[in-house]
Amino acid sequence: MDYAASFYIIAPELMLTGAALILLLVAAWVRDAAKLATIAAVVALFGATFWTGHLLLDPSFDQGADAFGGLYRMDDFGSVAKLLIYLATIACLVVTPRFFDRRGAYRAEYPVLLLLNAVGMGMMVSAVDLMTLYIGLELSSLSSYVLASFLRDDTKSSEAGLKYFILGALASGIILYGMSLVYGFSGSTQYAGIRLAFADGLSTGALFGVVFVLAGLAFKIAAVPFHMWTPDVYEGAPTPVTAFFASAPKVAAVAMLVRMAIDAFGAQIDAWQQIVIFAAMASIVVGALGAIGQENLKRVLAYSSINNVGFILIGLAAATPSGVSAVLIYLAIYVAMTIGAFVAVLMLRDRDGEQLETFTDIAGLSTVRPALALSVAMLMFSLAGIPPLFGFWGKFVVFQAAVQADMLVLAAIGIAASVIGAFYYIKFVKVMFFDEPVREAEIHSPAGHWVVLGICVLIISPLGYLLTPWLGAIADSAAAALFTVV
Amino acid sequence: MDFPILSLMLLVPLVAGITCLFLDAPMARLVALAATLIDLALGVLLWINYDIGGAQWQFTERAELFAVFDYALGIDGIALMLIMLSVFLMPICILASWQGITRRVGEYMAAFLLMEVLMIGVFAAQDMFLFYIFFEAGLIPMYLIIGVWGGDNRIYASYKFFLYTLLGSVLMLIAMLWMVNVAGTSSIPVLMQYDFAPEAQTWLWLAFFASFAVKMPMWPVHTWLPDAHVQAPTAGSVILAGVLLKLGGYGFIRFSLPMFPEASEQFIWLVFGLSMIAVIYTSLVALVQHDMKKLIAYSSVAHMAIVTAGLFAFNVQGLEGAMIMMLSHGLVSGALFLCVGVIYDRLHTREIDRYGGLAINMPRYALFFLFFTMASIGLPGTSGFVAEFLALAGVYQVSTWATLVLTTGIILGAAYMLYLYRRVAFGPQKNADAAAMSDLSLREWVMLGPIAAAVLWMGVYPESFLAPMRADIAALDARLARAAPEGDSRPQVGTPRAHEANYMEGAHGAAAGASEGAH
Repeated sequence: MDYAASFYIIAPELMLTGAALILLLVAAWVRDAAKLATIAAVVALFGATFWTGHLLLDPSFDQGADAFGGLYRMDDFGSVAKLLIYLATIACLVVTPRFFDRRGAYRAEYPVLLLLNAVGMGMMVSAVDLMTLYIGLELSSLSSYVLASFLRDDTKSSEAGLKYFILGALASGIILYGMSLVYGFSGSTQYAGIRLAFADGLSTGALFGVVFVLAGLAFKIAAVPFHMWTPDVYEGAPTPVTAFFASAPKVAAVAMLVRMAIDAFGAQIDAWQQIVIFAAMASIVVGALGAIGQENLKRVLAYSSINNVGFILIGLAAATPSGVSAVLIYLAIYVAMTIGAFVAVLMLRDRDGEQLETFTDIAGLSTVRPALALSVAMLMFSLAGIPPLFGFWGKFVVFQAAVQADMLVLAAIGIAASVIGAFYYIKFVKVMFFDEPVREAEIHSPAGHWVVLGICVLIISPLGYLLTPWLGAIADSAAAALFTVV
Repeated sequence: MDFPILSLMLLVPLVAGITCLFLDAPMARLVALAATLIDLALGVLLWINYDIGGAQWQFTERAELFAVFDYALGIDGIALMLIMLSVFLMPICILASWQGITRRVGEYMAAFLLMEVLMIGVFAAQDMFLFYIFFEAGLIPMYLIIGVWGGDNRIYASYKFFLYTLLGSVLMLIAMLWMVNVAGTSSIPVLMQYDFAPEAQTWLWLAFFASFAVKMPMWPVHTWLPDAHVQAPTAGSVILAGVLLKLGGYGFIRFSLPMFPEASEQFIWLVFGLSMIAVIYTSLVALVQHDMKKLIAYSSVAHMAIVTAGLFAFNVQGLEGAMIMMLSHGLVSGALFLCVGVIYDRLHTREIDRYGGLAINMPRYALFFLFFTMASIGLPGTSGFVAEFLALAGVYQVSTWATLVLTTGIILGAAYMLYLYRRVAFGPQKNADAAAMSDLSLREWVMLGPIAAAVLWMGVYPESFLAPMRADIAALDARLARAAPEGDSRPQVGTPRAHEANYMEGAHGAAAGASEGAH
């Protein structure tokens, strides 16, 4: 086995792991290392981003490459997902410190946890072996549990961490059980081996295994009916952590699910297609209906993420290269929208630095903070999928894939249900623009927040459409990578 | 023509709109007015340079900027006329908001200018997805205009407007995706010639119908319109009635009819049925309204029903009548909303009973109001007459019963408009504050005068407006010929008489004598 080549391929993960371990030591020995650790972590993530970008663009890796004898696969699909993950993590890290500063709760462990999480997520999307997959998943999940309860003296945050941990552990158990069944009936933990073993049909036991694995993964992406934890965890966790949960781990979990469904279970599409269709429909409807009547902005955004997962799953349900490509495009746009929305929520503070977290708090925002209100309005219209904002394009490609796969009923129901979602997205606009102010918002936000928000808003603005040829080409090659494994 | 005039028409209001966001009130008003006037000038240029009888699609532009769809613009005569309507009404809307809007003027002007961009974009788009983007995007500025600057019940109205129209149009997107998947192109001119399988057409037609029927609006999905009109500020109502309602009719004439001729024929009964109900029902509802704007809103629904009936008559008269009706209604109902706005600015109520006898203290206003009332009824010499006559002549060839009902609706239209006029302008001056209102200001003259001139022009010499559309309507008629229904009126073409009707034997000699005398 050529270790040098393997290390070359997994260099992003190695880089991040090394940085995390060093920073852990720094955090233990140096006083007030939080700022230093944050900067170092951002640098390490940028390094990983550039390396991943290099691997993506390097023509000698057009066909991808395996590392460590088929435990880990580097291909365009994994690289695109990792780019999204790293960029989302950087964005989340940049806006974090200010939130904790007020409580004096920011510590150097935070960037370390985020780095370890990023390593885990990178492994999730690149794994082509159930073992690698599980290790990556747990590395990511465990650091997420700690992040959720990072505000130790806050009951809500602790509660969120505990809830997340218990339900997450249950889901991991379900996945593990499913994996053992899959392994038992296929005789292999490698995706290629599983695919080969299932090529002639699934026995009942193997089907159980597939269903269990998918159910566990549905928990990780917060798809209905395994979504119950989302609103509570999103509301209880510190806002920067929620922003992170809604973006990077979502990308990782969806990409992992797609790779597993198309690669490992790709020979038995009929076996899982029904499940995905149901989860997609149910997520869209529940995500849309659940948000109606919510007062807390973070809870609303939690339901919004459930709703969006439903649309993403429509692309997977199509089970075609254009469907997978649509999933990646949707994810990219979703990350920009969701990070933008959460950064905006982070920027909503009153004059005393208290966070504004409910609809009543942000009433009449447009008179006090016109630029911020306009940004939020654009993000919400984009999330609702109203053209000419770029969020429409995500829905467009997903539904195009569904129509091309002849799933007209699914597409029609999905798009009709998106109107329900529009109801609460435009409630943001209504509250900010139509109502009278109740609380006084602070006037200035730090530049770092503005930069992240500005980039997100620029992407989701109509200018985003200029990205479509480029985005489409990358997503298509990534999707093709998944299908050429066959 | 190489000069990208359509793109420029999109760019000018867009840039001005973004600029307005950063300006204070007086500057924002000026910039908005200047931008809309520039667009009007460009529109006139467009009309002058439009080659009647030339290529079907003129001023075409194309840039492959996006994946899947193109930035393709181009207009035919139908689109030209509707773009003219938009750019003509926009400066008037800005003037109408000059004093009425005092809060957040920059944002208001930006919303209106954005609206103008999107309206021109809808009519000029030559790519189906580009059309959809412009079509749907119009919801955003209109939602804000109603919600921020509207009346007391504005929030309910803005939600209803947004969700109603959004629900209507989303299924159209799925239909478009299917069509593009089958036909392999999203170019509207190509798709207009593409023959879809008749059984697929039925579903596609219904998906498009859901969208356009809501926009139109047709009975029974018209209920968002009265709410939106009543709550919107005056200029918002003008744009809503003047241009946004035309999107539905434009959609029918651009998509439903040429792309799905068989399905359109199949659903004639549905369109005629809904149109007949709409004309009678909404006219009766209009009769009992106490709110002026609501009354005019219901009258819009009735007029739009004549448009739909005319469109689905499958003949040249019907199509021409429907197009003229759209243009005429855009001007007349816009002007009527402006008339309401004029007195609303003075008394801040739309309650009909609060006025009365305005002809005494506001004679010039009463004159304009009367003129537009008559145009709405369809008095010969105004645009309304041309529109109704042509449309009904077209419908008559298909269904005499439908014509009977629609004509009854026109009589009812006369009833509610005259009843409105009598209560507002005639009678005693029962309210002292209404009696003290001043007559039209110069600004209001400038608003109403051009519309009156245009209405008169269209009524007396409609040829100017019909000529650019003639070739396009003929092409559409030829396309529809294979599915055209057989009418129940069966008009017989008789043999012409040898002489004129007033020919008299005795008079012949006099005429002969006169001609001899000329030697």
